[in-house]
Amino acid sequence: MRSLPPFQTLLDEYATDVMGVLRGAVGWADAEDCFQETFLAALRAYPKLRSTENLRGWLLTIAHRKAIDHHRANGRRPLPMADPPETPVDDPEPPDNGLWEAVGTLPPKQRAAVALRYGGDLPHAEIAAALGCSPAAARRSLHEGLKRLRKELR
Amino acid sequence: MKNSLQRLAERADAEGLLDVAYANLDSPFGPLLLAATPRGLVRVNLPNYDPEETLAELAAKVSPRVLEAPARLEEARRELDLYFAGKLTEFELPIDWQLTHGFRGKVQRAIGRIPYGQTRTYAEMARSAGNERAVRAAGTACGSNPIPIVVPCHRVLRSGGGLGGYGGGLPMKEALLELEGVL
Repeated sequence: MRSLPPFQTLLDEYATDVMGVLRGAVGWADAEDCFQETFLAALRAYPKLRSTENLRGWLLTIAHRKAIDHHRANGRRPLPMADPPETPVDDPEPPDNGLWEAVGTLPPKQRAAVALRYGGDLPHAEIAAALGCSPAAARRSLHEGLKRLRKELR
Repeated sequence: MKNSLQRLAERADAEGLLDVAYANLDSPFGPLLLAATPRGLVRVNLPNYDPEETLAELAAKVSPRVLEAPARLEEARRELDLYFAGKLTEFELPIDWQLTHGFRGKVQRAIGRIPYGQTRTYAEMARSAGNERAVRAAGTACGSNPIPIVVPCHRVLRSGGGLGGYGGGLPMKEALLELEGVL
């Protein structure tokens, strides 16, 4: 096996993707906390990681789990999404008004599938791995999610 | 994103997950990369070596938990800045010797004790490491010093008075000796 690259390279290459997925999954206000939890968990597990293949998928899977933890802690109530952050961020990306807000109203599985597909650019097989379901089921969640979004945003 | 990454480095440090912290330093010779473990400075990468390779080496030999975390290298940066300005003659920052082993390690620790503005020969270094016949090995030990400048291998010269070699290139060795008033 190739030896593990310095953890910093994972941040340099994938931090933006992870943040994108989390903003889709839990909203802008809570993405920062989940981001920290995701990378601390990754850092904890990193020395024992057995494969260097698909480090991005590995990180996005952890991010997805942290998003689920977050929803559990909030009792799975519908969450206010896309709240403006309390402190100014130095991030130039404007929030994608409306779209991610609508993503936030989807049921958890559909929402995760949409976030991983379009926030994280993951293929169906990896979405399935992250969600712990079959690729067909992942495709279905994504399809249902997109259908609802189209209806919402019309 | 910059704030998030900084917060992450701080939290990783607080939770004992920051095994190797690194930072860049602009020196008169070009960019230096400094790396430290919780024990102390473990590696200085001179400008003519690829920092990416050095980070990969640290990940393999020390720990893959390598993060850019300048806060952990503030003291090293401060002392090196003063040294390059000619205002510091003795480094006080703690050193982590884990990348040095065996006879080489003994030579490198002995190099660490050569005072500012003085020089030694490779033969003298071999002797102070306990094997006066191992002059060539002493030379190799100087060449493989993981913490150049702070562990001043530039103060080791050839017996005849020749400069010998230097990982950072001979002009840098000359300039450091000039800075210390030797040349």
